[in-house]
Amino acid sequence: MAEAQVIDSGGVNPPSGSVDTRTIGDPVLAVENIIVKFGGVTAINDVSFDVRKGEIRAIIGPNGAGKSSMLNVLNGFYKPRSGQIKFAGKTFPSMDPYYAASHGIARTFQNIALFRGMSTLDNLMTGRLLKMKSNFFWQCLYFGPAQKEELENRAHVERVIDFLEIQPIRRTPVGRLPYGLQKRVELGRALAMDPDILLLDEPMAGMNVEEKEDMSRFIMDVNEEFGTTVILIEHDMGVVMDLSDRVVVLDYGVKIADGTPDEVRANQNVIDAYLGVSHD
Amino acid sequence: MELIYAVLVQPFVDMYLDPLIFIETVIKGLMAGVLYSLVALGFVLIFKASGVFNFAQGVMALFAALTLTGIMEYMPDGLPKWLTVIVALGATVVIMILLAVIIERVVLRPLVNQELIILFMATLGLSYVLEGAGDLMWGSDVKVLDIGLPTDIWDIGGVYVEQLDVTAAIAAGSLVAVLAIFFTKTRIGRALRAVADDHQAALSVGISLQQIWVIVWSVAGIVALVAGIMWGSKSGVQFSLSLIALKALPVLILGGFTSIPGAIIGGLIIGLGEKVVEVFWYSVHGGAVENWFAFMLALAFLMFRPQGLFGDKIIERV
Repeated sequence: MAEAQVIDSGGVNPPSGSVDTRTIGDPVLAVENIIVKFGGVTAINDVSFDVRKGEIRAIIGPNGAGKSSMLNVLNGFYKPRSGQIKFAGKTFPSMDPYYAASHGIARTFQNIALFRGMSTLDNLMTGRLLKMKSNFFWQCLYFGPAQKEELENRAHVERVIDFLEIQPIRRTPVGRLPYGLQKRVELGRALAMDPDILLLDEPMAGMNVEEKEDMSRFIMDVNEEFGTTVILIEHDMGVVMDLSDRVVVLDYGVKIADGTPDEVRANQNVIDAYLGVSHD
Repeated sequence: MELIYAVLVQPFVDMYLDPLIFIETVIKGLMAGVLYSLVALGFVLIFKASGVFNFAQGVMALFAALTLTGIMEYMPDGLPKWLTVIVALGATVVIMILLAVIIERVVLRPLVNQELIILFMATLGLSYVLEGAGDLMWGSDVKVLDIGLPTDIWDIGGVYVEQLDVTAAIAAGSLVAVLAIFFTKTRIGRALRAVADDHQAALSVGISLQQIWVIVWSVAGIVALVAGIMWGSKSGVQFSLSLIALKALPVLILGGFTSIPGAIIGGLIIGLGEKVVEVFWYSVHGGAVENWFAFMLALAFLMFRPQGLFGDKIIERV
């Protein structure tokens, strides 16, 4: 099982270290008794957990455990059979993608979902679509309020570009970029939305060690500097244990553990189900 | 030997000997091409945003033209002509937008995530419904569409140019310019391109697919209206108008299904080719080339350049 390998992720410091200046608040997002079925297959079976404001929350588990399905429930791509989602003080039977996006939930995808025909800049600008309100008439003329708005949002996107160190590929159509950079652009598009909650579906899959270190650093910086809550699916156990404050472990759609990285590491269910016999 | 001469030499000799006729044929061809382009443009818009080949585009042009003439008939007499035209045009635009809303609600929304072929079949059904609706509301007589476009003929140094053709060319040109700005400069244009590229990613940044579809179908409806006006002014509003949709198909194959400039260039090439071959190769084929020339050209293109002149080349990593 290749994804159970423990890779040392280099210079990444655990956020729970002594210099931690973050404040972790009350739960901002919670799922309760979520059940998702596809035909006869139960992808998620009665899973509940919460996410506190400002924390990095990891969801781990073997392939097919229902991690991505969980993320799709959180941003409204999947409608659960039963259960509820608590978000921003309200309770929903299911989320709506538009509602999620307009209320500060941004996400990236396991298989990169970028607008391949557009440049990096345009991809990031789509993240600002919800922030742009000027009316159609001005937009067509590209004049007056529309121009001012475009410039403001452009400035914001430029800050994201600086932050992610992708200045040189600003004008490149993303379809031509190497895999690691595409992942970074996708993160950039999510960041351009100014999210309160960031859902990352395997942000480091298929990356080399150096790219992983970069990506880890970006995730930690976003979390620390902007107080963004991060929900993270990742197979690289080294990264997960280093980055996250708390970890949910899913196996065959069932939650088998939930706690700090240390607690999860010591949990016998997790060792049996996930790390398997190789961990002795 | 004679045949080779007739195909390869004689036409060019004719062109050289009678340049005025050649120029006139070229202009006529280009103008006819503009009209093909207008219809093809509507197809491209919807194809770009949803990957659906909208079979109803031709019928939409017919429906728009019918609605326009119908409304103009019902306007009280005695109003100044320009007022009648403007009110009728406004009302038709509103109706085309309403139509887009209804299509999204009734046809597209229930079919979200279905195979494209199913959506195609739905537009096929839609074309019958629209044709019937137009017939029901406005009757099936051939109508004269007169919104006061100039119909005189210019004589420029012996070359005859119809003003209506020039108007159509200007209309198509401005339409393309507006659409180009709309697609590249505006927030909605960016959202449209995003939806065309990746539905899921578009949803994740908060683009509402429903809203985008209404906009696309509205724009396609308005393009259909312009096409309907131009064809209607030229040859009267009649049900054969819906068949020009079939002529748009080779235009799209030539230009590429996803390219707005491609639709324009494709239309021009086909219009030009049709007229020039019709006139100068007459002795070879004996006429009526216009019915099949476009399709032959499209076939040839399919063999050598299946993605069209400007279409996206499909490369898949394996």
